[in-house]
Amino acid sequence: MLLFLILFPLAGAGTSLFLPWYQGRSWLLPLCGGLHLFLTCLLLNSPAPQLGPWIGLDALSRLVLIVTSLLYFGCAIYAVGYLNLRRDRGNKIIVPCLLIFLVAMTLAISARHLGLLWMAVEATTISSAPLIYYNRNRLSIEATWKYLLLCSVGIGLAMLGMLFIAYAALVSGAMSVSLQFDSLLSGATILSRPWLHAGFVFLLVGFGTKMGLAPLHSWKPDAYGEAPGMVGALLAGGLTSVAFLAILRAVQLMTAAGDGDMARQALLGMGLLSMAVAAIFMVRQPDIKRLLAYSSVEHMGILAIGVGIGGLATFGAMLHLVNNALTKGCLFLAAGNIQRAYDSKKLSRVHGAIATLPISGSVFLAGFLAVTGSPPFGPFMSEFTILRGIFSSGQVWIGLLVLFLLGVVFIGMGATALTATQGEPVHLETDFKDSFLLVISPITFLLIILMLGVYLPEPLQSALRDATSLLEVQP
Amino acid sequence: MANLLLLLVILLNFYTLGSARLVACIRAVALQGALLALLPLATHGPTGHALLLGAGALLFKGIFIPLLLLRTIREVRIRRDVESFIGFVPTLVLGLLVTAGAFIFSDFLPLAHEHHEGLFVPTALATMFCGFLMLITRRKAITQVLGYLMLENGIFIFAVLLSAAIPLMVEAGILLDLLVGVFVMGIVLNQISREFTSLETERLTALKE
Repeated sequence: MLLFLILFPLAGAGTSLFLPWYQGRSWLLPLCGGLHLFLTCLLLNSPAPQLGPWIGLDALSRLVLIVTSLLYFGCAIYAVGYLNLRRDRGNKIIVPCLLIFLVAMTLAISARHLGLLWMAVEATTISSAPLIYYNRNRLSIEATWKYLLLCSVGIGLAMLGMLFIAYAALVSGAMSVSLQFDSLLSGATILSRPWLHAGFVFLLVGFGTKMGLAPLHSWKPDAYGEAPGMVGALLAGGLTSVAFLAILRAVQLMTAAGDGDMARQALLGMGLLSMAVAAIFMVRQPDIKRLLAYSSVEHMGILAIGVGIGGLATFGAMLHLVNNALTKGCLFLAAGNIQRAYDSKKLSRVHGAIATLPISGSVFLAGFLAVTGSPPFGPFMSEFTILRGIFSSGQVWIGLLVLFLLGVVFIGMGATALTATQGEPVHLETDFKDSFLLVISPITFLLIILMLGVYLPEPLQSALRDATSLLEVQP
Repeated sequence: MANLLLLLVILLNFYTLGSARLVACIRAVALQGALLALLPLATHGPTGHALLLGAGALLFKGIFIPLLLLRTIREVRIRRDVESFIGFVPTLVLGLLVTAGAFIFSDFLPLAHEHHEGLFVPTALATMFCGFLMLITRRKAITQVLGYLMLENGIFIFAVLLSAAIPLMVEAGILLDLLVGVFVMGIVLNQISREFTSLETERLTALKE
């Protein structure tokens, strides 16, 4: 069933290439997304699905899989409405690319072999480049080029990191040199230290580029800013989680080798830097989608800090992964609607969004409150848990710094988000209206994160605990 | 045998860094890819794995990707010379320095006993650094692709040492990723030249804070 889950969207992509019917192609997306979500739910209930030594799901990948699948389904429903608006641009390329993107993400999530993981992550880069280029203007070319080149080079470095880890096994004189993850974990204690450390650094840099941790985030505002809203949602919620999972694999390996502290410190440093850089660029940001991109950098920083602190904060980070993905989905889709309606994403033209577009504007404002960690939304809970973890581990100064940066982000983001949403209604030059397909997904995402802030269902709690314990295991 | 191949690879690095003609650069990188295809055979002997890996590398790195790039420059009719932010002689000197650095550095690395004599690790590092130099110093988008390819070639040299660790299927997937990646880059290059009537990355600076 796992294999079917990975491969059936490929059949969908093939069908969409030959289907001469515009609406049919669009509807293929929610069809495949829905089936994917359904199969994922079935798989989560079955015990440890494994498919040979290379593909399988553990607690961490289950968590990322369900989040990605849910986000994808929401974006796929939105896509039908969105592609209806963009008949001039067509959907012949974007639909197969979106489906292949789903295949690549699922494969990356379920890979148990570092080589396979690398291959799948590179495939996500390639299949998402045409998505960023959807608008076909000068700016989107520039964004696509930067994305493609930076991420490819970054992923190249991750490949080198993987090879270093294989070399660590070779030098240590292990019986068989393999990049299969379980055999690496079980033999981690004898790996040659210098090569393992170098390998970790390269993996962190490589997948960190993909995840958008500062200082490797420079492609992010451009790509998220120029891509359609739903692509931004998929990249900021789905792809970053997948890249984070790849980094967590490296952390797992380091922990198993007994060098978890070094890995955590590296993550903590990059996390703090990401938050600081994002906070600086979010103040007075005149572009709502670039604002969201920097917010994504900030939240990647929070994830890295959570894992970097360890213990309770790791649990918080796992919860934050769920919250971040769904909140970003909600915000990018709402921002996409606003951009369509105003035909701009710059503050110079976008204001009074609530009065002009009651639903999308309100969802955007609520999403802003959620993403900056205001109660009662889910991110508040997860950020609070991470902060509690930081303070209880005795690192008061780091805790205060994180609080300060969160405050700066709130003020900086608030200035832009409030200017965009408050004020008198404006007369729109486009004939855009909030339609059911365009608002149902962001509203659903918003309701889910609202629920997660008020009440954590028991199955989710145990899933989060299982994922956390995978990262905490000492040899 | 392997060391001779690796020496040729280093010479090709210098040739590419110093060459002012675009087509010559592409040919040099193609030749480098083809030489690397022989490397698994020279290292591991004619086993099935080595043969298939070599054939894949030859097909993708030596033939398909260079043909794609040559077709791209024919289609977009760009000027056939390489433009650089810094002159060719300084780049060559830098290339020499990083190569020397790679050789000195790899002496300090805790290599496996059987790799102390070979040129694998220093050549891999030197080729990667030269690829980086290409990426940073050249002005045209297409030369950045060449830099990326050199970087990947360097990684490939290292991967040959470890081909036991990576199953053939995954290796094939990695090569395919590279091919499709360059294919997509080629398409974007086409669009860049159509939209900007040049392939210089200096024009790609509208997006900034």
